Amino acid sequence: MLANYLPTGDDYLRILPEMIMTVGGTLVLLIEPLVRQSKRTAYTLLSLGVFVAALVAAIEANTMPGLSFSNMLIVDGFATFFRVLVIGIGILSVLSATEYLRREHADSAEYYALLLFSVTGQCVMATANELIMVFIGLEISSIATYVLAGYLRDDKRNNEAALKYFLLGSFATAFLLYGIAWIYGTTGSTNLVSIHNFLLTPGSQRNVTLASVAAALMFVGFAFKVSAAPFQIWAPDVYQGSPAPVTLFMSAGPKAAAFAVFIRVFMTAFLPITNRWEPFVWSSALLTMVIGNFAALAQTNIKRMLAYSSIAHAGYVMVAIAAGSQIGIAAAMFYLAAYALMNIGAFAVVTYFSRQGEKFVNIQDMAGLGLKQPVTAALFAICLLSLIGVPLTAGFFGKFYIFKAALDSHLVWLSVLGLLNSAVAAYYYLRILVVMYMQEPGEAALSAPPMSPGIRMTLWASALGTLILGIFPSLLLNFAQSSSTLVK
Amino acid sequence: MTVLNAVIFLPLVAFLFILVLPRENADAIRRFSLVASVAIFLVSLGLIAPFWFSNPGKFVLETDTPWISSPPIHYHVAIDGISLWLVILTTLLTPMCVLVSWRSIDKRVKEFFAFLLLLEFGLIGVFCALDFFLFYVFWEVSLVPMYFLIGIWGHDRRIYATVKFFLYTFTGSVLMLVGIIYLYNQAGTFDYPKILAGLQSGAINLAYPVQLLLFLAFFIAFAIKVPLFPVHTWLPDAHVEAPTAGSVMLASVMLKMGTYGLLRFCVPLFPAAARNCAGWIVTLAIIGIIYGALVAMVQPNMKKLVAYSSVSHLGFVVLGIFSFTQQGFDGAVYQMLNHGVSTGALFILVGFLYERRHSLEIAAYGGVATPAPHLSVVFMIAMLASIGLPMLNNFIGEYLVLQGAALVYFRWTAFAAVGVILSACYMLWLYQRVFFGRVSDDVRHHMPDLNFREYAIIVPLLLLMVWMGTFTQTFIPAISSSNALILGPIDARRDIHVRASPNPTTPEKELARAR
Repeated sequence: MLANYLPTGDDYLRILPEMIMTVGGTLVLLIEPLVRQSKRTAYTLLSLGVFVAALVAAIEANTMPGLSFSNMLIVDGFATFFRVLVIGIGILSVLSATEYLRREHADSAEYYALLLFSVTGQCVMATANELIMVFIGLEISSIATYVLAGYLRDDKRNNEAALKYFLLGSFATAFLLYGIAWIYGTTGSTNLVSIHNFLLTPGSQRNVTLASVAAALMFVGFAFKVSAAPFQIWAPDVYQGSPAPVTLFMSAGPKAAAFAVFIRVFMTAFLPITNRWEPFVWSSALLTMVIGNFAALAQTNIKRMLAYSSIAHAGYVMVAIAAGSQIGIAAAMFYLAAYALMNIGAFAVVTYFSRQGEKFVNIQDMAGLGLKQPVTAALFAICLLSLIGVPLTAGFFGKFYIFKAALDSHLVWLSVLGLLNSAVAAYYYLRILVVMYMQEPGEAALSAPPMSPGIRMTLWASALGTLILGIFPSLLLNFAQSSSTLVK
Repeated sequence: MTVLNAVIFLPLVAFLFILVLPRENADAIRRFSLVASVAIFLVSLGLIAPFWFSNPGKFVLETDTPWISSPPIHYHVAIDGISLWLVILTTLLTPMCVLVSWRSIDKRVKEFFAFLLLLEFGLIGVFCALDFFLFYVFWEVSLVPMYFLIGIWGHDRRIYATVKFFLYTFTGSVLMLVGIIYLYNQAGTFDYPKILAGLQSGAINLAYPVQLLLFLAFFIAFAIKVPLFPVHTWLPDAHVEAPTAGSVMLASVMLKMGTYGLLRFCVPLFPAAARNCAGWIVTLAIIGIIYGALVAMVQPNMKKLVAYSSVSHLGFVVLGIFSFTQQGFDGAVYQMLNHGVSTGALFILVGFLYERRHSLEIAAYGGVATPAPHLSVVFMIAMLASIGLPMLNNFIGEYLVLQGAALVYFRWTAFAAVGVILSACYMLWLYQRVFFGRVSDDVRHHMPDLNFREYAIIVPLLLLMVWMGTFTQTFIPAISSSNALILGPIDARRDIHVRASPNPTTPEKELARAR
């Protein structure tokens, strides 16, 4: 890099969303002393405004695709897709959090600031073209999320969740960093394209082996972040312990961003050594699906059950990566968007329904919701049917497309086992439907308060989004397909 | 915009309309459902028009528009002689189900009728879809409302039954999904006629082991739905626990999705595999015929008895299909319709009895004929139809199936015919225990005779039984010509033929003999 390097206007445009969110996050913190107790909605509105501005900036940045800051980051369709996705997740998270925080008397500016910073980190991950950027983005996102996980600091479960997440997360990040160091030692570069080019003509077998070890180390780091087996142990405890709106965010945003870098690193830098890592991804995918689905069968706590379901869904996305093709990338992109929608819908209901102190988080507490609140139950049912993978929902088409990609790449057995897994999964989602529709209302359903507008909007947006993407998948799929070509 | 599209989408429109009707006004919801379903039935009669003067055999009323651009998925629907009557059966039974549920469903009325119409949408779609993806969509869409119908409005063990039903079907259908995607990857299209043409012309070449695996992937999904022995165990549970309307739709239409799938997709697409598997499939079908009948005989519960009789009757359909003869095919399709009408009627009548006495146990009845003679007569006609009495519908279907089977292996016919005898045993015995004998006071005081609404439901079905049993010419020509098109290319491949029918006779001649 030149010493007197000056970024151009295009460079700034390409990093504009991150800039907006960083400034916005700081601003939210700064206005806290100025806002009266009764005007707390100011945070919500301000952070929503920031997110929307960032969303516009992210779309605008896509009109000027290309590399920036000495190839440190790249704006392409793939990056834009994930930027828009994580910012959208941020918006829905803000909408569903306000009511919860008020209920728990924890309605302060930090929450929104942390959320903004976390999404900033995820946007950096989405645009990273450099292992250093990957690491920086991952850390910005993770540290903010660690704090969010323990946001209600007087709550024992929150503390446990945050500590567990932080310790195990740091450990995994260390693996990732070690992998980066190793790859730098082998190839002399941290740029994804340079690594790719180096590995095309590696020179010696030794270099390939070294790069493979680096890939394995980085795989550990990424697999942890996406909660893929055998590095999924943290997820159930953390998802269960964190505040419900944080779990909502955590299961969608950081996961999507982690998959974005996972795909970008493995499908560009390590593409030449696909045959080395593909078996690992293959077996990890299968293991993730099996562990997630079978463990979820036994859960009674809905947050824990959704945590295991989230693991299982990570497994489906891993199948798409194992396919190792462009269709696989597009399928993973589509699935992550679909998954974010349906999962946010489910967690929005949990957030709403749990009441103060998260009293009602057992599946059994949902009894009779279908009778007492037919609209809420119907929207929740749409999300659950989508998680099962029933046609005309986004979840089905996502799954269909993933397994189509897998069969394209001749992964017949993985597809058969994966789809049979989704039949197992049907059982535990159906249990919620059974309780909700086929049992008499219990204490929780009878005492349910009216739903706050924020959660209502989140729920409607995710349920309708699920349906629309299920009926007209082309709306998103065409963009995913056209942007699944990664710069190599 | 063809009539067919109207028939497919009107139930969906009605479903959406019910969703916005106010929940409190249950009567308005009932009336609207009735009007809508009758209107759909009347519109669906328009489907007969292309079959009125000629029997095209091939698909008519075709619509083929792109739905999802990549992968290329089309909204491709059309009907032929096989699907025509199945669609009309669906649209006919839906208003009856609305009427049957008029009083018996008094909680969550809005959801009930909404789900019933959504179910109709799914079922009609299944019989018309010619794009595999679309077919799969409808196949699964029909699963969801049925799941809720059983689970919310069913009897005591409804939750166990409905989850079992969902999981059985879902497991089968994910295997089918693998098959569909694999087929797409080979053919580059989801379009059924194109894939079929490609396979028949050899443009798409599948090695035999692949063909066999694909056949099995589809076959398992359909066999679970039929249900074929030994994967029938979800059926008695689902039938017994479902509300009357649910049982009717399940038995009369949903089971036909399986046999329809076998005839439409499994057999024509993978003829070699189908022929080679025919031996054990027919064996399973015959076991189902006899086993279903024997188990039906010892049931203390009326609904369970009718449910097991369905296993037995559907065995005939599978036997007919896997005989690979014109008569067998025609008989199979006719038997699907017959079973829909007569078993539907039986479930409705059992529902009437249940509404009066609130019990499904045969032991709780006895001597019903004394307080309710009309009900008894009506029940007797439906029962005789189910047994297969000549002049009534089931006889024709069973006869054609047995004849088709006899052309291939006489032994098959001999075994299957035992099922006919057994069906007389369990049905007559049921009738005797319920309607004759000493009248207990409970029965005498709680057994009013049929009212007007009940007459309105059952009389059309009885008329249809007689009509289908005497004027087969109304129905069979359309079915026959479509079956001939399916059978033609399969028959031509003599090299893979197990044993061809010695002298293929024309359907008309058979019909003359059948009558």
